[in-house]
Amino acid sequence: MNTPLKRLDYRVIYETIEPRAKVLDLGCGDGELLHLLTSKKDVRGQGIELDDEAIYQCVEKGLSVFHSDIDSGLSDYGDQSFDYVILNQSLQQVKQVEFVIREAMRVGRKAIIGFPNFAYLKARSMLFFGGMAPVTPSLPYCWANTPNSRFLSINDFKSYCERKGIRILDSYYLGKKRLVRFWPNLLALNAVFIIQK
Amino acid sequence: MKSKGIGTVRPQYFTFAQPPHEMKLECGKYLGPITLAYETYGELNAEKSNAILVAHAFSGDAHAAGYHEGDKNPGWWDSLIGPGKALDTQKYFVLCVNAIGGCKGSTGPSSTNPKTGKPYALDFPILTVEDIVKTQKYLIDHLGIKKLLCVIGGSMGGMQVLQWVATYPESLRCAIPIATALKHSPQQIAFDEVGRQAVMADPAWNEGNYYGKNIPEKGLAVARMIGHITYMSDKSMEEKFSRRLKDKSPDFKFGADFEVEGYLRYRGDNFVKRFDANSYLYLTKAMDHFDLSGDRLFSKGGQSDLRFLVIAFKSDWLYPSYQSQEIVRKLKTHHADATYCEINSTYGHDAFLLEVDEETRLVKHFLQKTYSDFQKR
Repeated sequence: MNTPLKRLDYRVIYETIEPRAKVLDLGCGDGELLHLLTSKKDVRGQGIELDDEAIYQCVEKGLSVFHSDIDSGLSDYGDQSFDYVILNQSLQQVKQVEFVIREAMRVGRKAIIGFPNFAYLKARSMLFFGGMAPVTPSLPYCWANTPNSRFLSINDFKSYCERKGIRILDSYYLGKKRLVRFWPNLLALNAVFIIQK
Repeated sequence: MKSKGIGTVRPQYFTFAQPPHEMKLECGKYLGPITLAYETYGELNAEKSNAILVAHAFSGDAHAAGYHEGDKNPGWWDSLIGPGKALDTQKYFVLCVNAIGGCKGSTGPSSTNPKTGKPYALDFPILTVEDIVKTQKYLIDHLGIKKLLCVIGGSMGGMQVLQWVATYPESLRCAIPIATALKHSPQQIAFDEVGRQAVMADPAWNEGNYYGKNIPEKGLAVARMIGHITYMSDKSMEEKFSRRLKDKSPDFKFGADFEVEGYLRYRGDNFVKRFDANSYLYLTKAMDHFDLSGDRLFSKGGQSDLRFLVIAFKSDWLYPSYQSQEIVRKLKTHHADATYCEINSTYGHDAFLLEVDEETRLVKHFLQKTYSDFQKR
């Protein structure tokens, strides 16, 4: 992959999105991914982000971004307003998760959902052997300062999609530096799913 | 630091709508001739593509930046306008026009009515924000500018920005409405009405016929005091005044015991020296009747490549951020290219004049992007 992106999840998402697509990035952070998409792939991008400083950084990159939480950010958009709605590494912090996933799939033709895998081997062993809440590279927070309010595994998400009749178009399981091919629910730090209603 | 700014500036004047070609106002009446006082900073480029119109707030004027000869204080938005600043006068041609209905050089109720040779007073027709913007369009046309790079303004200035989008969407590339609303809430109308009542309750107001006589200074000062309370926040007042006393021993004769009282009286008294009471009535009415809710913001459909930067302030309770979010909601529905930021400030509504660093960060880059996108085309 010929991109300056260091983060593997960003690279996976970057490769997924076609040139000139319309993209809504929910919880776009400082806009690194969105900026690359708009500048290199001519994507029409819109971000939504709650953090003050991140908003300024997005604007400095020339991005269009709304200062808002994800939960209330979607209702004004019509059906299929975007080719992709990205919900990467922000799902676990969303309050009304089901509503947001449903809305993401309504507003976007496809939704890209990325989250840290709670069933990752190290997390399991910390809990099982150490008897303590897991702290891993993809879940780096201690219980007292974590912004995460949802803890899910790859299998949790898959079974959720099955129950809700959500189609999984593609899935990527990410290790530290490369994709994980075997036993993703045990060995992957993060997952990225491309889903559709 | 005069050397770092744009230095000495002078107002200019443009008169148009000479009879019999008076300008038709929204109320159906005609006004003319109309004089606009305006100032410009920076140079208009050869393509005339770098012009930014700054729309002033209710009590503002065309003197947005630089110094008038002999003045100690610069224009009201000097912190944002000048070389290297948010509105960089080395790159852009910045222009600010005094709103008609006002009293700072543009035609208003205190101007001479050509039909009577006396000040208009209440014979001045009822004005709207659309009328104000229409006069600005005359000036832009006169200067040969087909498309403004940007229209920017806070409060009533923000209303003018939105009105530009509604009336002349094809004549601007980006819009920056700050601390404003699509329409006044009943609370905002109520504050304006109390201000107007204060003016009109002053016997000197005399149905608006006070020119050349005693002016309704008590009423106008009270109106301004109310205004200033709404421009600040509970917290900014606590920080600025707390309960500090002006003198160590209050006299209990209803003088200005507390610092906050002294401040409001000072502000009120000062305002009377520089503002016309009838202008107060006309301009607050124009704001109260302003309403671009529903489909009116995009009544001309024109969204095209127009970009938006909407800014609100956390402690602003006069124009609360939910009103800016209503603007944003309209922009989302119309798939407009838009950015919204709620700046974390404790200054209340005044923040749009005071939060210089934050506004600069947003406005500077937003403008750069708009300008460079346009140049690439």
